[in-house]
Amino acid sequence: MRQQPVLEVRGIRKEFPGVVALDGVDFRLFPGEVHALMGENGAGKSTLIKVLTGVHPSDGGEVVLAGERVRIAGPLQAQQAGISTVYQEVNLCPNLSVAENIFIGREPRRFGLIDWPAMRRRAAELVRELELDVDVSAPLNSYSIAVQQLVAIVRAVDVSAKVLILDEPTSSLDRDEVRQLFAVMRRLRDQGVAILFVSHFLDQVYEICDRMTVLRNGRLEGEYLTSELGQVELVSRMIGAELAGLDQLGGGKRRERTAPTGPAFLQADRLARRGAVEPYDLDIRPGEVIGLAGLLGSGRTEAARLLFGADQSDGGTLRIEGTVTALRSPRDAIARGIAFCSENRKTEGLVGELTVRENIVLALQAARGWTRPLSRTAQDAYALKWIRALDIRPGNPEALVRNLSGGNQQKVLLARWLITDPKLLILDEPTRGIDIGAKAEIQKLVANLAEEGMAVLFISAELEEVLRLSHRVGVLRDHRMVAQLDNDGGLTPERVMATIASGAHA
Amino acid sequence: MMSTAAAASPVKAVTRSRLFWPAVVLAVLLAANLAFTPDFFAVRLQGGHLYGSLIDILHFGAPLILVSLGMTLVIATGGIDLSVGSTVAISGALACLHISESTDPGSLATVLTAAGIALGTALLLGAVNGLLVAKVGVQPIIATLILMVAGRGVAQLITDGQIITVTSDPYKLIGGGYWLTMPFAILLSALVVLATVLLTRSTALGLLLESVGGNPVASRLVGIRAMRLVALVYVFSALCAALAGLMVSSNVSAADGNNAGLWIELDAILAVVLGGTSLNGGRFSIGGTVLGALIIQTLSTTVYTIGIPPETTLVFKAFVVIVVCLIQSPAFRAKLAARGARARRTARPHAAAPTTNREVGA
Ligand SMILES: Nc1ncnc2c1ncn2[C@@H]1O[C@H](COP(=O)(O)OP(=O)(O)OP(=O)(O)O)[C@@H](O)[C@H]1O
Ligand SMILES: [Mg+2]
Repeated sequence: MRQQPVLEVRGIRKEFPGVVALDGVDFRLFPGEVHALMGENGAGKSTLIKVLTGVHPSDGGEVVLAGERVRIAGPLQAQQAGISTVYQEVNLCPNLSVAENIFIGREPRRFGLIDWPAMRRRAAELVRELELDVDVSAPLNSYSIAVQQLVAIVRAVDVSAKVLILDEPTSSLDRDEVRQLFAVMRRLRDQGVAILFVSHFLDQVYEICDRMTVLRNGRLEGEYLTSELGQVELVSRMIGAELAGLDQLGGGKRRERTAPTGPAFLQADRLARRGAVEPYDLDIRPGEVIGLAGLLGSGRTEAARLLFGADQSDGGTLRIEGTVTALRSPRDAIARGIAFCSENRKTEGLVGELTVRENIVLALQAARGWTRPLSRTAQDAYALKWIRALDIRPGNPEALVRNLSGGNQQKVLLARWLITDPKLLILDEPTRGIDIGAKAEIQKLVANLAEEGMAVLFISAELEEVLRLSHRVGVLRDHRMVAQLDNDGGLTPERVMATIASGAHA
Repeated sequence: MMSTAAAASPVKAVTRSRLFWPAVVLAVLLAANLAFTPDFFAVRLQGGHLYGSLIDILHFGAPLILVSLGMTLVIATGGIDLSVGSTVAISGALACLHISESTDPGSLATVLTAAGIALGTALLLGAVNGLLVAKVGVQPIIATLILMVAGRGVAQLITDGQIITVTSDPYKLIGGGYWLTMPFAILLSALVVLATVLLTRSTALGLLLESVGGNPVASRLVGIRAMRLVALVYVFSALCAALAGLMVSSNVSAADGNNAGLWIELDAILAVVLGGTSLNGGRFSIGGTVLGALIIQTLSTTVYTIGIPPETTLVFKAFVVIVVCLIQSPAFRAKLAARGARARRTARPHAAAPTTNREVGA
């Protein structure tokens, strides 16, 4: 290589009780490159990043920063040493404002006091650079997980760093934001910043990255130039097996099925909630998969939450199996056979300090009430069944969920709702952070469940995925359902995008 | 699959158990007493009653164990109950008032009615706390602070600012009597602890409480009736405190609205934390709490037996508590171990490293 790496690790080892997460990993990052870190869920990508930034002390190996061997004691030290990081799980302060989150720890000052107007002005500029439409003085938790992710990115790119690390920054972004982010990344790269990028979207990796390092089961698989390793080859390096082609991963054709007819399981009639979503109509039949498409903040999640009683509607009616129903709480909805898998697994989904088994049975147990505990045998059976079905790793039901990798946590959340055997399954970004192989498995699973008669509402920023699965696609724009398109083979991502853009029936 | 590190050795399994460090601390404290009181571990049978320092610790620790037990469940839901000390005082005052005013203080019926009045009142007090926290959404520390402050006043109103003394054999049994050679208070608290373990662990109650404390938002979305659970936990805590109040007043045959249960809420919180339950809520350990309460009681006993001057008692206690907390913190132990390793490394000169070594930051 042409220059000296700005960051290099040799023989890094990291053990957690019972797991070797990294085993002799070497890795180099050069100035002015975008470098992808690739690997399956649980391969050790996030762990490597956390060792690099001092979140976890390493159990062996060395880190060389700009030619000097260093011991990075913690994230703050990493930042001072010029490594700026966006971690996989957004770790900002939810009840501080967007501006405060961007500038926390490095607030602009005047006469020793925080210069609030300057801070808001700077924050607004930064946010505009990413073409984001957010009010920087609003609290962060008033925005969706995607916006929060973007705020974390804004914060990270604003500190002038030598190394920028982005752990799955695009997992809940849609095309436009990804394009925006890539523009910023290219600009920084041209300024000589070294960027480490993690993503399970191969297209994105091939679009933006110059080189990649592949990890498998905590070991280094190899370091490649993106131009010299094809996608099929890459995937087989990641999973350690030969592949006939990407089609085998289900990336290929969509399922041709006729939409089920018959009485609807759920009918929303002018259902609305002020400030969240305008009145909309929606029918979902048993066996039908309805996709929701729309840009970030278009009201997809808000629309879904009304169907689960997570928020109360203040207009319109909801019929479930023909009878008008007011869902006062999620508990009401669950009792009527509705499940909702939230997009935000950390704050709305999992209980980190409980085990995989406990998290999986939680919804079912809550529905039974505390006096009718599931026997330990039953709990173990559920946990083991879904650990196997979704290939959750490590396959230990007693592992604490917070110690699982991001993708594996997502699978646990999915398993929790699947065991309740719902009549309507609402999936909000169910494949967020899930690797390419497991994603295909989950899509197949959803399709099969629908074929067996489950109604599914499927929300995803990935249009291809929505189109592959749904019979019908509801398009939202500015909190309004602007169209419902039949997915009859002629529907393309482009047409959906056009509908979103024009906001009219296409 | 992930390669698995060498099968966890049994030793490691023990040291990683949540109860390990509290148990070690308790053992060390007890052993330290042995140095000052050679017959510290001796238990003898005299007149059909067991005597000894260990029995005393259990006996005098019983009220604290009960209060800490209720506190554990409250803390598991992410809350805190500062009002338990006042509840102890109110409960003792109500019971003693009823007995002292009754025509037949020695009858079992009188004592049962007295206990019923105390527990019933506690039920109400707990329900108020629970409603304020769960329904109205007041911060637990504020909601229970109200009763903590006002409750002391109420207890003094009940006793009319006096100390009510009672003479009633059945009442004396609760906190000061013996049954089957053991102090009755020990048996009673053991029974309540056991029942609570059964209630939380053989039903799904424990799991649901831990879920509510660990992630309240997720718990709502999962369909847990969090409001009801949280309210119940404050009621339970008040009932435990009331029972402790009966014990305390029974032991001295008197109700002192001013001093009964004074600062016991702080000892209880400390016991829960020493036992390994995080103040953030979530996972709780009843076994740990019992060990924590015993650590605190042993500390109090130690202060007397080794004759620490009264004016330095609190400082001594605080010092031990700080050390205990540090020892139990994994981060602190790791730092200590790293420091030790580095000291050993620098003590032994070695070949120059191939690259320069620089510490980033402190
Ligand atoms: N704090 C921890 N305690 C115990 N095990 C952990 C901890 N953090 C990570 N692990 C384990 O280390 C392994 C690697 O996890 P890591 O988060 O690095 O995966 P990843 O490659 O980022 O996966 P994903 O694509 O799902 O985000 C996993 O088996 C995980 O369970
Ligand atoms: Mg990860």
